Amino acid sequence: MSWAGPEDIYLSTSLASYLDKKLLVLLRDGRKLLGILRSFDQFANAVLEGACERIIVGDLYCDIPLGLYIIRGENVVLIGELELEKEELPPHMNMVSEAEIKRAQKVERDATDLKGTMRKRMEFLDMD
Amino acid sequence: MLFFSYFKDLVGREVTVELKNDLAIRGTLHSVDQYLNIKLENTRVVDQDKFPHMLSVRNCFIRGSVVRYVQLPPDGVDVDLLHDATRREARGG
Repeated sequence: MSWAGPEDIYLSTSLASYLDKKLLVLLRDGRKLLGILRSFDQFANAVLEGACERIIVGDLYCDIPLGLYIIRGENVVLIGELELEKEELPPHMNMVSEAEIKRAQKVERDATDLKGTMRKRMEFLDMD
Repeated sequence: MLFFSYFKDLVGREVTVELKNDLAIRGTLHSVDQYLNIKLENTRVVDQDKFPHMLSVRNCFIRGSVVRYVQLPPDGVDVDLLHDATRREARGG
């Protein structure tokens, strides 16, 4: 990811062609951040202006505003350019409030936890 | 630098990049760098229903460190050429 001249930024792997554009940043922990790329370096450290986190649970989603974020490069999985004329999400998805998405998130987490403990107990039974 | 050169030759071809988080993205290889960071164009996610947030992403940058596999076009590898290059590199030349 070298510094490229203004005429070949669109040919290189550098993030320069994404500067000042609205992006989706996928992080290693599965979080999705949206914001405008203002700066970056060779490690994919990035500065997002007007960042927000998009939480998706099933068909519900919510954008939680965060402000100005510096993301450490090692946590970045993917940086995608968002097409402005295309719908960001499938039409069947509904925007809900922050409280509501947090509740849905908790329900989902509890369900996976329950599945985990049940599996653990089954494994225990198999051992006998 | 062998795989860097190799991927540079694949620019413009259609590849599928599978990430360590099981997200698989198909697209045209736009560019690659020394870290094997990859830029794809005209991307589509293989399992779109599982990753609805990727719907409006057409171009993306993928950090080299999170790539698990790159699935190549069937005629994408010249095995003999790669074999020779590997030996040359191993000899230090």
